Amino acid sequence: MAKEKKGFFKVFLNGLIWENPVFTLMLGMCPTLAITVAASNGIGMGLATTFVLVCSNLFISLLRKIIPEKVRIPAFIVVIASFVTILEMLLKAFLPDLSKSLGMYIPLIVVNCIIFARAEAFAFKNGPVASIADGLGMGLGFTVAITILSSIRELLGNGTIFGVQIMPDAYQPMGIMLNVPGGFVTLGLLLALVNAIKNVAARKAAARKEELA
Amino acid sequence: MNTYLAILVGGLLVNNFVMNRFLGICPFLGVSKKFDTALGMGMAVTFVMTLASFVAWIVEHFLLIPFDLSYMKTIAFILVIAVLVQVVEMALKKMSPSLYQSLGVYLPLITTNCAVLGVAILNSDEGYNLLESTLNGCCAALGFTLAMVLFACIRERLSLSRMPKWMDGFPGALITAGLMAVAFAGFGGLI
Repeated sequence: MAKEKKGFFKVFLNGLIWENPVFTLMLGMCPTLAITVAASNGIGMGLATTFVLVCSNLFISLLRKIIPEKVRIPAFIVVIASFVTILEMLLKAFLPDLSKSLGMYIPLIVVNCIIFARAEAFAFKNGPVASIADGLGMGLGFTVAITILSSIRELLGNGTIFGVQIMPDAYQPMGIMLNVPGGFVTLGLLLALVNAIKNVAARKAAARKEELA
Repeated sequence: MNTYLAILVGGLLVNNFVMNRFLGICPFLGVSKKFDTALGMGMAVTFVMTLASFVAWIVEHFLLIPFDLSYMKTIAFILVIAVLVQVVEMALKKMSPSLYQSLGVYLPLITTNCAVLGVAILNSDEGYNLLESTLNGCCAALGFTLAMVLFACIRERLSLSRMPKWMDGFPGALITAGLMAVAFAGFGGLI
């Protein structure tokens, strides 16, 4: 039991940090760029994707011995599309504002490459518990990444985060941050920052190894 | 006539799928390292998107609406696209092996290209008729190809230039895409 628990957290952290879907795997770019104009959108989209990811990972993992190898892709699509439809209806009923601001990007969760890639690379090969951990980790990793991105864009483009005024009144909002170019450039700079941190960390690790030797 | 012109210009330039709507970013970033592959992917997408808009309209208006199944739209559309991609792949293999050789590798990727599902959903949201839907699918796909081919040309040059290590690869590509998007925003006043 203890061993399995450790495995659960390891898989979870792997998705959340080490193999973060946005910063290292470069998956799920379309929603990442399209809806990150307000921090609340980022969290909403992230949690919606997490919900679909966990459910589809669980079901695909449970069905992995029944689904024949050859038709696995259509089978994945049907499972994922069903959960997205459920989500779409739930959002429309309980969170109509979020549903309106995410618009057509909710049905487009079906073709979010993260969900597909995790079904193919993880859930189809692993047990249900590990698959839930993977879904949670990857989903929350995605949520954290797009929330950071959308907070930066909202702060610079509107002077607020989660609708709360942060910048002083004299600040002139940069409208371009909320437009398409702002999305591309912000993500590019964020990725460059992540790369730079990784480079420094790798160099430090190498230096430590040399010292030991 | 005016609507058709608006769809044409809108799809190609003003509402360019990649540069304005953020659809199809994964292939846009993933297969744009070389001019040839970008053009191949663009052509495959154009083919599938035009057909998909056509078939999705028929499915929606002759199956979903009469039987009051509109809430199944997402599932129906994605299945149509998956089946279509499979059929196109098989047909190309049989009828035109040379075209299959050049497009074949990209076809399976198209199922998960959000531009294809996106255009089907957009068509249905806008309430286009059959001709308008098909034209919109075709123009949007050509706009996607245009953006992708231009981007690939820039990236080919970019790969030859010296870049700091932390900017190399995706960060540099994304900032390039951002600058391209600024240029495309200039088309905004056309319609």
